[in-house]
Order: sequence, then structure tokens, then C-alpha cells
Amino acid sequence: MNRENLSSLFCGFLFAIGLGISGMTQPQKVVGFLDLFGSWDPSLLFVMAGAVLVYSIGYRWVKKNRKPFFTSAFLIPTNRQLDSSLMLGSALFGIGWGIAGFCPGPALTSLVGLGHSVLVFAGTMLAVMLLFEKWQSRKAIR
Amino acid sequence: MFGNALFGGLLIGLAALLMLVFNGRIMGISGIVGGVFNPTTRNQLWRYFFFAGMILGGVALRAFMPQALENNLTRSNLHLVLAGVLVGWGTRLGSGCTSGHGICGVSRLSPRSLLATGIFMFFGILTVWVMNRWELVK
Repeated sequence: MNRENLSSLFCGFLFAIGLGISGMTQPQKVVGFLDLFGSWDPSLLFVMAGAVLVYSIGYRWVKKNRKPFFTSAFLIPTNRQLDSSLMLGSALFGIGWGIAGFCPGPALTSLVGLGHSVLVFAGTMLAVMLLFEKWQSRKAIR
Repeated sequence: MFGNALFGGLLIGLAALLMLVFNGRIMGISGIVGGVFNPTTRNQLWRYFFFAGMILGGVALRAFMPQALENNLTRSNLHLVLAGVLVGWGTRLGSGCTSGHGICGVSRLSPRSLLATGIFMFFGILTVWVMNRWELVK
């Protein structure tokens, strides 16, 4: 196992633990957070605040490095187009997030619970992500 | 309760930061996992390792903190499939989800991510409001 893969494994693990401790893997908490005009549960605001705090400070420091420790270059998006795909995609995602209380990370972390809901949700999500790539490559050929 | 949320958030931010420092990549889950299905992406192995790490994290949570994986929502299969379709297609079309846009992108003050995060938060809040208002879920 090379260092890139080992660090990916570790980051995935740490991410999942963070999601679990924070409450993000409990869909009722996510829906409670989105229920701004009902019985609002503000706790997930602190999840985002904590994560953004660490990353925004760290990002400014990391940017000064010439390259990452284990790979040859930083791969950071440079696209600045506010296009319709971005907006439509984000709107669809928000609706789905509100319906079931799952976004991709927590859903995949919760798979090992083998709950019926997460299996149906994540199975559908992964199948649709596969279809999306098929659609993208067909579009590219035309 | 808010302490756990904040501590968990700090760990999530740290995971994302280490992914950047070590591998030079944005920790966006829909991109990492969705990229597995992209036939033109080379060097796929790290994606599987990241996914395996998440699964191991889930195993640890299940063993030491089982309440973290509890889901008390009652959603029909129709709701779950619809949500899976919308989240799967929406995150790939919009190039990101809560982690890539909501944490990494917002921290970088990326205009695309700031807009995407505003939009998915707005539609998430709207959806929950509509579902409660017209009692579309139990």
C-alpha cells in the first residue's frame, strides 16, 4: 500500500468518526436542522462551523506549500462559472437531502448499520451516480 | 450536545485538511465515490481506500457508539428511492455535496461552492417545510 492510499484510508476513517460524533449520521437530526420554521435543531450549525474553522485556517497555510506530501500536485478546482448545472444540481440535491435526511458521506458511513432505509437510499444513489457517468460519456461522444 | 457537534465538525475539518496536505485533493464525497464510475479517470485506487476508511469508521461507530447510526425517521421506500435519485444525480450534476461544496469550497470562499451551498440549504429547508406543512411524511 503506498502512502497516498494509506492516507486516503485514514482520512476516510477520520471523516466517518467525525460524522458519527457530530450527529450527521442521524437523519432525524439533519431534518431537524433543516426544519428552520418548525422545531429547529441548531446543533448541526456547529458541525459546519467547526469543520470550516479548521479547513479555512489550514487551507491558507497549505496553499504556501509547493506540493502535497504524497502526490505530485494539488488538484483544486479552478472553475469559476456559475452555470445552470451547478444551480440545478444543487437544488435537486437539496430536495433529496430534505426528503430523507441523508447526504452522500453520512449515508455511506451508515451502510454498516444495515438499516433498511440507508440500504435503499444509498443503493439508489450509487446506481444513479453510475447512470450519470454513462450519460456524461454519451454526451461527450455526440 | 453542541459540544459533540462542534468536536465532530473539527474532526471532519481535520480529515478534509489532511486529504489536502497529504494528497492534494478536495475531500468531496460525491466526487470521490462518483469518480469511481467515470471510465476516463485514471488512478482510481485511492478512491476505494477512502471508501474503505469510511466503512471502517462506520464499523467503529457501530461497535463503540451505536446510537450514532440510529435513524428514527419513517420514510417509505418511495421517499427513499426518490431521495436517492435526487441526491445521486444532483450532487454529480452540481459537482459536489455537503463536504466538497459545504465545507471545503465554503472555506476556500469559492464562488461556485458558496452559491451551491446556499442553494442546497435553501431547497433542503423548503422541502422539510413543504413536507411538514402538507403532512407528506408521517
